[in-house]
Amino acid sequence: MTFHERMITLDRRWIFLTLAVFVIIPFFLEFDIPVTVSKEVRDIYDFIEGLEAGDYILVGIDYDPNAMAELHPMSYAIIKQCFAKKLKVITLTLSQYGAGMAEQVVRDVADSTRIYHGFEPVYGEDYVFLGYRPYYAFVILGMGRDFRIPFPQDYYGTDLDSLPMMRGIRNYDQVECVIDMNGGTVADAWVSYGNGRYNVKLAFGLTGVMAADFYPFYQSGQIFGLMGGMKGAAEYEQLVDKPGPAKEAMKMQVFAHIVIIVFIGMANIGFFLGRRSRTKAGEVL
Amino acid sequence: MATGNGNRKSPSNAVKIILVIVAVVFLISWISKATTGMADSTWLNIRDGFLITFAAFLTLSIFSFLYNDNPFYKFAEHLYVGVSAAYWMCLGFWSIIVGNFVPHASKTLSTFFKVPFQEYSWFYYVAFAFGVILLMRLLPKAGWIARWPLAVIIGTTAGFNLSRYLHSDFMSQVGNTFQPLFVDWQGAGHFFSNLSLAADGQLVMSAGNWIVVVGVLCGLVYFFFSKEHKGMFGAASRLGIWILMITFGASFGYTVMGRISLLVGRITFLFDDWLSIL
Repeated sequence: MTFHERMITLDRRWIFLTLAVFVIIPFFLEFDIPVTVSKEVRDIYDFIEGLEAGDYILVGIDYDPNAMAELHPMSYAIIKQCFAKKLKVITLTLSQYGAGMAEQVVRDVADSTRIYHGFEPVYGEDYVFLGYRPYYAFVILGMGRDFRIPFPQDYYGTDLDSLPMMRGIRNYDQVECVIDMNGGTVADAWVSYGNGRYNVKLAFGLTGVMAADFYPFYQSGQIFGLMGGMKGAAEYEQLVDKPGPAKEAMKMQVFAHIVIIVFIGMANIGFFLGRRSRTKAGEVL
Repeated sequence: MATGNGNRKSPSNAVKIILVIVAVVFLISWISKATTGMADSTWLNIRDGFLITFAAFLTLSIFSFLYNDNPFYKFAEHLYVGVSAAYWMCLGFWSIIVGNFVPHASKTLSTFFKVPFQEYSWFYYVAFAFGVILLMRLLPKAGWIARWPLAVIIGTTAGFNLSRYLHSDFMSQVGNTFQPLFVDWQGAGHFFSNLSLAADGQLVMSAGNWIVVVGVLCGLVYFFFSKEHKGMFGAASRLGIWILMITFGASFGYTVMGRISLLVGRITFLFDDWLSIL
């Protein structure tokens, strides 16, 4: 077997092993990857920074555990910023596996806000978690009329009208914007029904797989900001000046991408060398 | 051909040894996590230790498929499918039947399930009846009746999606391709005297709009099959396929980043939460 044949017939398990090694190595190395903040991420940050204390914001945590690595850091960073700005945060999940994670994010950030900002967000007064309801399209449409239609009670079974911060709020008209962290098809529904039907100001935090598909909505102004994958999360962590897991993960991303580029290069070199040798063999024959 | 359990091969000694080693390793891990836990009570430490160890076991079991198919992977896969199905079913019962139907159907049931009764509505009974009819598929002789609610579901979904895509994915997107090709144009003199490569500069924004307009037109030409792709039309078509390829490349790049992120997430869990060596 020639060298170029070996390159294109390399057992994929060697690729997996190499990738694993190069993802693990940076865990034990101390270095920093500079993160450049893109406009679509900064737009979200600037919008939230421009809000007044007491303004309402709705944060959707619409992802399953399989998107946790990418979207959890975004959720933490966004809610941290909201609490630091003393905004009233309404959280919900339209993903059937999202309720536990959403509750975890809100609880953790509330705890850390007490520690780092000396201000303790109070459940029901500063934030509320509505929980999960099925059929996201109808939930989004229902909230446009009244939050109480899809969510007569919050996640813990308390009537919404019993919660002080929900007494003054009826529908999207009282919400400054919706920031939706999304790992599935709910994002389409937010654009179509949230923005299309009710003109909700909308921004997304999306998994890397989805991000490229949603840039047209950003360019058309249907969404005002977009965080794509772990890079977007790292950018936001940098903006809120709280480097976290996403910023840390950029080290592994860089190493992994170099490995993948090298393997793609090797395979292409092998392919073109093989084609040249076959062409030459054809000429000889 | 295997005809029953009687013909099933018993595991070889090597497999038995591997199973014992794995069991011992994870037992040690469980004990270690339980004894070093930070929770308030011993019971909570034992529980948390088990959960973290079991999660690590499942993560490694799934990763083992990268080497080859094996019983650990099969176990993790089947467990995931089973737990997901059960979780979804329970969630469906509590959020749809109890969350939506009961508060509009019966005061007694609302009291029983501790949800606030809202108001009687015949509409919810119709939806409930359709749900029951949908289950008629399980009966061979009455299965045909399940087509009625299915028709409602398909019709409603089609109607919703038609208006949805027409507005957000078609009209808004088409409208947004009508871009000024010369942004803020005040003559050539003004353009050259203020020439800048800034992202919000006139040159870059105009170039961006040119790319959008030309890209859309050439992409559409590529999918126009009623005329042979030759000459100018062929050149536009070739440019269209280049635009498409660049788009797919960007998507693939993001996908790679997404997949690596998942790997990083799992490895962080293994090294930090499980092994505590970070």
